[in-house]
Amino acid sequence: MQARRSLIAPLLVIASLAVAWIGLGLIVSNSYYQLMLTLVPIWAVMGLSWNILSGYTGLVSFGHAAFFGLGAYTVTIALVHFDITPWLGIPLGMIVGAIAGIVIGYPTFRLRGQYFALSMLAYPMALLYVFEWLGYQEVPLPMKRAAPAFYMQFSDYRVYIALAVALLVTSLLISLVVERSRFGMALIAIKQNEPAAEAAGIDTFAWKMRAIVVSGAIAAAAGGLYAVVLLVVTPGSVFGMLTSAQALIVALFGGVGILWGPLIGAAILIPLSETLQAHLGDVVPGIQGVVYGVAIILVVLLAPEGIFWRVRDYVQRQRPPSALPVMPMPPRAAVVEPALTPPRQRKPILSVNGLSKSFGGLRAVADASFDVSDGEILGIIGPNGAGKTTLFNLLNGYLQPDNGKVVFAGHELTGLKPNRVCRLGIGRTFQVVRAFPRLSVLNNVVVGAYATTSNDADAFAAASKALAQVALVARSDTIAGGLSNKELRLMELARALAGEPRLLLMDEPLAGLASQEIEDLLALIRSLAAQGTTFVIIEHTMRAMMRLAERFVVLDHGRILTVGQPSDIINDGKVIEAYLGQKWAAIRAHG
Amino acid sequence: MWADGKPIVNSLGTFLEIFLQALTAGILIGAIYGLMCVGLGIIFGVMRVINFAQGEFLMLGMYFSFFIVVGFNLLWFLGPVLGPYTGALLAGPALFAVGYALHCLLISRVTGASVVGTEGDGHYAQLVLTLGVALVLQNGCLILFGSTPQSVRTPLSARAWEIPLLYDANASLFLNKARTVAGIVSVVAAIALYLLINSSRLGKTLRAAADNAAAATYMGIDVDRAYRIAFGIGIGITAIAGGLVATYNPFQPYIGLDFVIIMYAGVVLGGMGSILGAFWGGMTIGLVQQLSTLVLPTQLQNAAIFVIFLLIVMVRPQGLFGRATDRI
Repeated sequence: MQARRSLIAPLLVIASLAVAWIGLGLIVSNSYYQLMLTLVPIWAVMGLSWNILSGYTGLVSFGHAAFFGLGAYTVTIALVHFDITPWLGIPLGMIVGAIAGIVIGYPTFRLRGQYFALSMLAYPMALLYVFEWLGYQEVPLPMKRAAPAFYMQFSDYRVYIALAVALLVTSLLISLVVERSRFGMALIAIKQNEPAAEAAGIDTFAWKMRAIVVSGAIAAAAGGLYAVVLLVVTPGSVFGMLTSAQALIVALFGGVGILWGPLIGAAILIPLSETLQAHLGDVVPGIQGVVYGVAIILVVLLAPEGIFWRVRDYVQRQRPPSALPVMPMPPRAAVVEPALTPPRQRKPILSVNGLSKSFGGLRAVADASFDVSDGEILGIIGPNGAGKTTLFNLLNGYLQPDNGKVVFAGHELTGLKPNRVCRLGIGRTFQVVRAFPRLSVLNNVVVGAYATTSNDADAFAAASKALAQVALVARSDTIAGGLSNKELRLMELARALAGEPRLLLMDEPLAGLASQEIEDLLALIRSLAAQGTTFVIIEHTMRAMMRLAERFVVLDHGRILTVGQPSDIINDGKVIEAYLGQKWAAIRAHG
Repeated sequence: MWADGKPIVNSLGTFLEIFLQALTAGILIGAIYGLMCVGLGIIFGVMRVINFAQGEFLMLGMYFSFFIVVGFNLLWFLGPVLGPYTGALLAGPALFAVGYALHCLLISRVTGASVVGTEGDGHYAQLVLTLGVALVLQNGCLILFGSTPQSVRTPLSARAWEIPLLYDANASLFLNKARTVAGIVSVVAAIALYLLINSSRLGKTLRAAADNAAAATYMGIDVDRAYRIAFGIGIGITAIAGGLVATYNPFQPYIGLDFVIIMYAGVVLGGMGSILGAFWGGMTIGLVQQLSTLVLPTQLQNAAIFVIFLLIVMVRPQGLFGRATDRI
């Protein structure tokens, strides 16, 4: 399976890169090229740090200089004021960077998109002025002639190259671990559809915090080594805009969301800009910034995800397409129509009590109370705008109610986030399918399986089982973006099933399906219900729902109009009035 | 100590004087900040695009004004007082053209109808794109104009009006003439723009495009053209503010960075997308910046702005997201 790729190939690549780089360092004697051989890995590390936070989650950080600068100043201040060697100073800086990650991430992750990006910009800017005010305008690292090696000072420049490569290898390995584990999968799911990730049981906030802590520590290490190599630190050079931009640019240029990206970006851009700076810097002082600016404009216009992906797409197109096996039609779900058990005296699994939610003056859900019995299929119907989806959002934690409470299998749900609700055993599918469009079908479902499994092998097993339940195994390796509507709905159902829910909330699962497809899905839901899953389904297709649901809750203007069995509902005057207006209700009553 | 009440009264009086001085400085600077924020606010309000390079266009406005007034002395016939202000106002149409062209060439590739449905509807791409533009402009200007600070000095720059304070014969307020005139011109320019947007046909077009681009298209409005014009106007307005700042503040190619956060903070504070709001947002930032000097060392003035920006973003996110609705 595509996601369980072996680690041997990337490890080999990393090892041979390290050997080649150090070999190059042994050959080159020109001190300028030696500096270059040190700076490229440092900026590649910076790019990797940016990539772990922004590349995988899609939350663009314009402020990675904050971590870089804190690392650099920690090393410098530790050495200058406390005589602490950089061998300790860099790990210390990493701790400071990680803490900064917590302090910055906690408030800033409440923001999304552009606001997140802009807020991140403000942190290094504020730090820059603070460090200037503290009197650290230009701090040279003191030379320690007595014990240079103890203070990470070497006359042989090749040692610095080796140190930079060691840091790079460490960062690459961390990135590899992140990328190939549920850590990376969670981050990618957040990038592709954050609400869906949350509903599938991913604690999005916790994963983002972990990402910024790891990212902050790595950036601080890069900053610390930068200070050691350049021997002087100024607020402008470590907290400046160009530092943040450089982290973002090497990653974006090389390739976003892949560990090789920042490496490629740094290997191309750093030598280019540094060489131009060295040869033309006196005549044209801003040449470095212009190069970065042009590079990033070109990348956004020509290869928006970076060179790596562009080249990979090109290579894949050149390859003759291997004879694809003709995709067999997915076998129909085993159509065993179980005899519907009449609603006996079953225990309620979910009780909703006086639930209310207003948006401004609009009462979207008003004082709703009902129970869902264990094992039943409950339909929720009502005209458009009746508050059905809002009710679901209140049940699974996207929204918090103004009043009332929800108890599920003995747990009070009020105040819980969607991922907690999911892990208690409430799955959810959406009116408009919320897929992770660029993950394979299997990986989409694996994300859902993380909720109940502790190791990746179990998660894959649970995902495969869920795919088998919905008869979508044949499409496991397809990228979700290429699925048909029905397949997407089945995949979303499988993702919910992979978390082994006791209760499934389905929002208009039949929307946009052809009549035969509807039959298939009805049979599937029935067989799942027969195996013990409880369903609450919002649906407009009354004809199908009459055959599926055992009871209905009818909503209108946020209020519960009535609760009852299918036969009672269709003859209820209030229900007809809500759907068709008073005139029809009157005709019905008299005719 | 209470027996000798005089020093206390005196220090209170001194404090009041310093406070009033900071307050008037805040209002004047706030008016200019307000004008820059209006420029950024129009772009965001109409296009929902955050222009990272807005500070650099402010800087270009400064250099434009510098070159026609000082460098080439094209406005010699207007005299030393009128010349710089005319230069600042001329930066408006000049940078409008630059913004309009830039939108055609670059920005339109990553915004508008063509990118709907891509990741973040292209916001991510345009943010990074404008970062690239900012880097090119900053460093390109460094190459062309050098790093020596320049200024468009007027005879008003070093003069001040002295306004006696009625409560104390010895105390008075000093109003730097250049800042005062710049503040007044800013208010006039902001009002003119407000009238244009609210009463003209062009303004209606812009507002329609801002409100619902798809619906506006169906009504026969050329939304892409509206975007180009909004982008041009936004940049032109900010450039005028730049020309005004240049009359009292020396500048170099990196000055945009000092102002870009001020602009974001003002626009965010004003509630994203409202022109009047953006102006008052800028005014607030100006006041906060000047009043913060009463309690903070001057070096931390800018740090204070960043902290305030972060606080606004954290505490009032509902003001930020405007009408963002994410139907689940």
